[in-house]
Amino acid sequence: MQWETVIGLEIHAQLATKSKIFSGASTAFGAEPNTQACAVDLGLPGVLPVLNGEAVTMAVKFGAAIEAEIGLRSVFARKNYFYPDLPKGYQISQYESPIVGMGQVEILLEDGSSKRIGVTRAHLEEDAGKSLHEDFHGQTGIDLNRAGTPLLEIVSEPDMRSAKEAVAYARRIHQIVRYLGICDGNMQEGSFRCDANVSVRPMGQEELGTRAELKNLNSFRFLERAINHEVERQIDLIESGGKVVQETRLYDANKDETRSMRSKEEANDYRYFPDPDLLPVELDEAFIAAIIADLPEMPDTKRHRFIVSYGLSAPDAEALTAGRALADYYEAVVASSGDAKLAANWVMVELGGALNRVGMDILDSPVKAESLGNLVARIKDDSISGKIAKQVFEAMWAGEGDADTIIESRGLKQITDSGAIEAVVDEVLTANPQQVENYRTADATKQPKMLGFFVGQVMKKSQGKANPQQVNDLLLSKLSL
Amino acid sequence: MSLERQEVEKIAHLARLAVPEEDRETLARELSGILDFVEQMSAVDTGGVEPMAHPLRMAQRLRPDRVTEESRRELFQSIAPETEAGLYLVPKVIE
Repeated sequence: MQWETVIGLEIHAQLATKSKIFSGASTAFGAEPNTQACAVDLGLPGVLPVLNGEAVTMAVKFGAAIEAEIGLRSVFARKNYFYPDLPKGYQISQYESPIVGMGQVEILLEDGSSKRIGVTRAHLEEDAGKSLHEDFHGQTGIDLNRAGTPLLEIVSEPDMRSAKEAVAYARRIHQIVRYLGICDGNMQEGSFRCDANVSVRPMGQEELGTRAELKNLNSFRFLERAINHEVERQIDLIESGGKVVQETRLYDANKDETRSMRSKEEANDYRYFPDPDLLPVELDEAFIAAIIADLPEMPDTKRHRFIVSYGLSAPDAEALTAGRALADYYEAVVASSGDAKLAANWVMVELGGALNRVGMDILDSPVKAESLGNLVARIKDDSISGKIAKQVFEAMWAGEGDADTIIESRGLKQITDSGAIEAVVDEVLTANPQQVENYRTADATKQPKMLGFFVGQVMKKSQGKANPQQVNDLLLSKLSL
Repeated sequence: MSLERQEVEKIAHLARLAVPEEDRETLARELSGILDFVEQMSAVDTGGVEPMAHPLRMAQRLRPDRVTEESRRELFQSIAPETEAGLYLVPKVIE
């Protein structure tokens, strides 16, 4: 039997506000337990929530970025359940009238084509606290610093058909919230969390299979692995005569498996109702229009622009627009070098490789964009070869100065004077009469390979500074005499 | 519309209310009465009426994003039954 996988994602993005969604307590990560949990966050009697305007603005920015309908009137509702890290006994969320309605994003598939993924809705809600289950003599410790941190829950349509598509979608949302500066995207610290609804159905069947919800996916790698595991588990289960039950499963990265959370009784009976402590949020068209006008260039637009104006391939454009800082850096290199393609290679390969090796962010790069652009310009104007440029780059990375200074002080400038190159070529030919003889009598198909020997010798003698193209041309003409 | 005893028990459980055995029938009857009363409103045509989310005809005021609270952990934890290392302690909850 051929099976089709169906995946929908729920992403919780912590909004990068300074204070909480309904209180004036700080949202900074890593503080001493409960030092950022005020009376409102603790749910003490008599407190009232007051909505943070910045959280509303950020949600609208997201909606504008995915071309969604923005709710001119959205309503906060209480989602009722009991858990010690939720002191009020309900979470303030949005249910029937979310702030962001239907929108969409585009993902790039491995074969180079693109696919639109629907975003059903995105709504504002408050985060819960944290439960610590270890080391408290059989009790649970509660830290409410996170309680009340604003979240944007982004719900997708069940549009994804493989773990890879799900990861591409999650990465796209991650990229969008980072471009907008509304979420720091830190998955380890839990600022960006993914839950996946996964089901399988026989290929061609319209009706959806029963889904399981996967939680605890705190990296893109785990997201992919957990989905693949779950798909395999469901297919095995059905093919051996079993049935998938609707439940929540936790991904265990150490064991690389998903396991059932003890299903909570009546888990879905949240008895939502409008929160009487909060009035409906009303936005006017002018407010929304101002936010749309103020949006930065979004990844899709930037990617298409890079393809058109710089002649980049779709995968290169995708890689260079992964983050705003990287894209800005690349454009600065293009501006100062005047060569978009060379610039792309140098930013992605040499600079990207060097940053990766030390796990450094582009913003902290010791080689600034203008300097790299200057180096690329020296390759373009034939001052140095690509190979020498790598040496220069290493020296720049090590802080030895800018490209021109290094080329000058190390005497690396490429020899393009044909007289000078010819002298070296002659020297090499005279020193290797046997190889010259062999070359001239060899089969024409073998000659290109044999030519490499002479090129190598000339480059060695010129310390890599001879222009490779000129060396090649000179050797060819002299050897064919 | 009548509410069964089991439904009363379910609602009580969801709200974590301990309802004595002998009160359940009475509660089922009284709650059913409330539902019957509400049901009378279904007779009214509300097709053109926007659902009300709040009795006040006002919009939510927004607060500027500023940190205005400082830590008052000691004060808050002085009324907590049990704390340790800055954490509130509660009976073990296992997922």
